[in-house]
Amino acid sequence: MGKPVLPDGLVVVVKRDCETCRTVVPVLQQLAADPGLAVYTQDDPDFPGDPAAIHDADLGVSWHHEIETVPTLIKVEDGVEVDRTVGWLRTAWEELTGIDGLGPDLPDFRPGCGSKSVDPDLVDELRVRHGGSILQARRIEIADAEDDIEMMFTRGWTDGLPVVPPTEARVMAMLDGTTRAPDEIVATVPPDLVDVTVEKVAIAAVMAGCKPEYLPWVLTAVEAVCNDEFNMHGLLATTMPVSPVIVCSGPGTRRIGMNSGINAMGQGNRANSTIGRALQLLVRNVGGGRPGEVDRATHGNPGKVGFCFAEDDTASPYGTLAGQFGIDEGVDAITVFAGEGPHCIVDQLSRTPESLANSLAHQLQAMHHHKLVIAFDAILVMGPEHARVFAEAGWDRDRILFELHSRLTTPAAELARGAGDIAEGVPIGLEGDLPKFTPTGLMLACAGGGAGLFSMLIAGWANGAKGSTPVTRAVRY
Amino acid sequence: MTRTILDPTGERTVAERARLARPASLDGLTVGLLDISKPRGDVFLDRLEERLAGVGANVKRYSKPTFTKPAPVDLRHEIATECHVVIEALAD
Repeated sequence: MGKPVLPDGLVVVVKRDCETCRTVVPVLQQLAADPGLAVYTQDDPDFPGDPAAIHDADLGVSWHHEIETVPTLIKVEDGVEVDRTVGWLRTAWEELTGIDGLGPDLPDFRPGCGSKSVDPDLVDELRVRHGGSILQARRIEIADAEDDIEMMFTRGWTDGLPVVPPTEARVMAMLDGTTRAPDEIVATVPPDLVDVTVEKVAIAAVMAGCKPEYLPWVLTAVEAVCNDEFNMHGLLATTMPVSPVIVCSGPGTRRIGMNSGINAMGQGNRANSTIGRALQLLVRNVGGGRPGEVDRATHGNPGKVGFCFAEDDTASPYGTLAGQFGIDEGVDAITVFAGEGPHCIVDQLSRTPESLANSLAHQLQAMHHHKLVIAFDAILVMGPEHARVFAEAGWDRDRILFELHSRLTTPAAELARGAGDIAEGVPIGLEGDLPKFTPTGLMLACAGGGAGLFSMLIAGWANGAKGSTPVTRAVRY
Repeated sequence: MTRTILDPTGERTVAERARLARPASLDGLTVGLLDISKPRGDVFLDRLEERLAGVGANVKRYSKPTFTKPAPVDLRHEIATECHVVIEALAD
């Protein structure tokens, strides 16, 4: 639909719901009598009655002529707007019309009201109706008798929970969250290796329940997992219970309302819950990574619905995980890690860093299997109370990692297959002491509520070139 | 009222290719054995190589750099051009 042409002369846009519009009705009558006036009404077709109005029922005139306030008085010459004034200001109306003595009984000034065409509840639909679509995705009609939510389950587009139907209005609103063009290719999504556009990511974000301001984080997460280094294909195909763990850092986490405190890894925060979910829905629906197909996980884990949380960079005495990967302080970033669900490490009695390091090292050694070493990375997410024990002793990130690594070596003979009457282990014949982790295989983050002497261990998957390497990216808005 | 939503899938058109007919005999054919590099896959493939040699097949061995990633395109091309048949060993 093109832009409706306004009749030459004077045009006014009003709505009954606006007190100022009702106030200026005597002026409209005065102008209608001489020199003539076209009145468009946004709500009640019978308002103002005298003079009669044209009902802008679909708000097309208001939308196309960018009416933000009612009343708006417009002067049109040869089909082109040459002047406008909004609200009621006698001097402005008199100047625009060239007529003196307008509304002698009215006050000199009354501010206008918001136009229906900019009503936040309507604007997304109006943009779709009047704006001309810029979206490429195939349109799918849902029958009158069909339930939207059930239809999406039936088509296999959900993770087992209901999804928000991605209407064009919702997707357009979602795209407001980024400056990137809808048709920009973001990544090639495994396992089907499908090029995905910003638009398709926005669709997944709508379905997951994201707000538009989360979209840059979702886009960055998609870029971070869809590459050979992170190896999303392998994460799907493995029988281990891993999936992308998204750790968000920077002041932007607070701007979008992410939770890095009480229950940071749990339920109840929209951003935490939906950013990770959007990524998983995208991998499922665009990439074709579905359980029982390419996804061969023996057990999986609940985090495969989406596992995303924010670091508490204000409570962390040792900086952020993103900082460990070279991101400057104050820069919004995400780190993706091939990990499983978090495991709690309890130590409520250690008050010295040595004692706490000993505790943490015991649990870290046991990760996956105490006799399996070097092959898996981990993120240790300390709660603020554990982190404080180290901070008060003056241990920084490097010191904590050094002390943990130094407690995480074991004679190869004790780890060998068959040692300790356990068949599992490293190949027989290795010599010396073996570290649990590679030098970069243990990472630190800080999150959680202020009370609780606990840390969370997020165990990883096959690391390095033969598996997955963590990827950190600055968020691109 | 009819509602319209946007397709969340990749909207790709799947190219389907028919498999080659199974050979009636492996005698004289080249059989590729692809080890995906999981532990003990070689045990399985060693035994297969013995059996295949016994029925007159020429055996060529290949291995993926890591079991966690798809076979590199060059390796796939190499196998396709050098072999009539391929057997891929999974693992553990």
